[in-house]
Amino acid sequence: MRSFFLRTAVRVLLPMLLLFSIYLFLRGHNEPGGGFVAGLTAAAAWSLYAIAFDSRHARAAFRVEPRRLIATGLLVILASGLISTFSGRSYLSGIWFSLPVPGLGDIDLGTPVLFDLGVFMTVIGVTLGIVFSLEEVEE
Amino acid sequence: MSRWLVAPILIPMLTGVLCLLAVRRPRLNRWISVTGAALELAAAVALLAAVRSQGTLVLQVGGWPAPFGITLVADLLSAFLLAAACLLAFTLSIYSLASIGAQLESFAYHTLYHFLIMGVSGAFLTGDLFNLYVWFEVMLMASFVLMALGGERGQMEGAIKYVTLNLLASAFFLAALGILYGLVGTLNLADLAVKIGGVTERQPQGMLMAVALLLLVAFGIKSAVFPLFFWLPASYHTPPAAVSALFSGLLTKVGVYSLIRVFTILFVQNPDLTHNLILWISIPTMVTGVLGAVAQNQFRRVLSFHIISQIGYMILGLGLFTPLGLAGAIYFTAHNMIAKTNLFLVSGVVERLQGSQWLSRLGGLYVTQPLLAGLFLVPALSLAGLPPLSGFFAKLSLIQASFDARQYLAGGVAVAVSLFTLLSMMKLWNEAFWKPRAEDAPADAELPDRARWLVPIALLSLVTLAMGLGANWFYSLALDAGHQLMNPNNYILAVMGGQP
Repeated sequence: MRSFFLRTAVRVLLPMLLLFSIYLFLRGHNEPGGGFVAGLTAAAAWSLYAIAFDSRHARAAFRVEPRRLIATGLLVILASGLISTFSGRSYLSGIWFSLPVPGLGDIDLGTPVLFDLGVFMTVIGVTLGIVFSLEEVEE
Repeated sequence: MSRWLVAPILIPMLTGVLCLLAVRRPRLNRWISVTGAALELAAAVALLAAVRSQGTLVLQVGGWPAPFGITLVADLLSAFLLAAACLLAFTLSIYSLASIGAQLESFAYHTLYHFLIMGVSGAFLTGDLFNLYVWFEVMLMASFVLMALGGERGQMEGAIKYVTLNLLASAFFLAALGILYGLVGTLNLADLAVKIGGVTERQPQGMLMAVALLLLVAFGIKSAVFPLFFWLPASYHTPPAAVSALFSGLLTKVGVYSLIRVFTILFVQNPDLTHNLILWISIPTMVTGVLGAVAQNQFRRVLSFHIISQIGYMILGLGLFTPLGLAGAIYFTAHNMIAKTNLFLVSGVVERLQGSQWLSRLGGLYVTQPLLAGLFLVPALSLAGLPPLSGFFAKLSLIQASFDARQYLAGGVAVAVSLFTLLSMMKLWNEAFWKPRAEDAPADAELPDRARWLVPIALLSLVTLAMGLGANWFYSLALDAGHQLMNPNNYILAVMGGQP
């Protein structure tokens, strides 16, 4: 679609939507949000880009092949569960540690965050894989 | 050990993901696939050994205790069937190298293959009805794509029937789960088994029986029992041989497993109704399957109808609801998974050699491929129930169990159906191997990767022989599993007994 307005708007919207998706991702730990919806938001941002320009440009700008992102996301999920198996607890048990960050105090990090990151990546990969190929069929 | 109960689910997942990453590098992709399948087989065998020596193993995923979290359970039934399934997965992963072309491989065939195995393992290991539903869906997703992969016309037609019927079954399954959750407030199998007794005291049994019958219909469609089997012969012969072999060995058997599981731990209050119904379903299932097969003239369609007939034997054992009957059903299921899949593998080789599945256009393979002909006879005669092969002992134990339970009709039908099975196996033998080929037919095609085609068939034939010659060991395993199923207290204790 060759629309000047859409293209201009997307240039502004894309980074904002991506920031928003990271916010959703981090918020998701204790409040509504999380990897799944954050992944959808990020995928929506890139889909918008693909609509405004075309999927070839979007693929180039996205840099990562969606298939690889799916696989990496699933590997991250596997790893997040296996950390607890290897440390002698049952699969997917949450393991936490705190990371002192200057200026922010202690930040709690744990395997559930890693799990969520895997979901985030997989959702982006799947959605964009579908959106890009659908658009290519249309072309 | 129970910490590693999750391994049979994770290994295929990891393999599938690595195959996805390596999809552009065919050689590496194939190596990953076969290695992953071998590891999976090793894990399943180790699990069977552990369950045999230590009893039922339980893992509460994430450390959440039983009725709240996700529970994985391996008792003898699950472990035995899982080992059989993983054996198939391993041999088929080798066979796929020859049978599946480079084009389908580039569509991530290996990834889908291993995700299907993951779904099957999950279904065997889960201790929770809702998770069983989820694993069914994982399995079906992968199978939908595998069935349609390649996109030939006949394949699409088969795939649509397959998808529609299976979605319908899933809807029944989900509806049953909703009602059950509303009645009892839990879907953990062990917890349900404890609480379901309380429900029958408070309420009329009507609702509970409704749930039982809904589940019977849902699993009945998935395992293709009479009169819900029609989707199976309409679709199973359409995809490539490796895929139909995989489906014939695994998918319907997961349905049978679910029937056995649900009707031994949950719905045992009214066996006069439920188990008698299953018994009466099993008789026409055996008969229609075998009669349907007699009428068919395509190699794989004959085999597809036989799947139905043999599902009848499996649920016959469940319908008897005695330890002997269940043992027979379990032994029969394992035997059938291996022998039937093997026949599908042979059909794939025959199709590659002579370019057709129509029996009238085949012939003469006994002369040109004596090894293949010999390998065909092992599973074929085993399926027909000739000693000393596994099918003989499987049928013997089921027939004996029927007579012990005074179900003379069912036992008699099982004997008669065996004869018809022999008839159809002889038909396949005569048409494809024995009769001379039509004179105007083109010469047999080459078989370039001979080992990849024949080693899996030989391996499965050996297992069929071993299950017959070592029937004592396998049967005592099945009998232990049958006793375990008739006394669900161990299962319940293992799950609810306050383990971490």
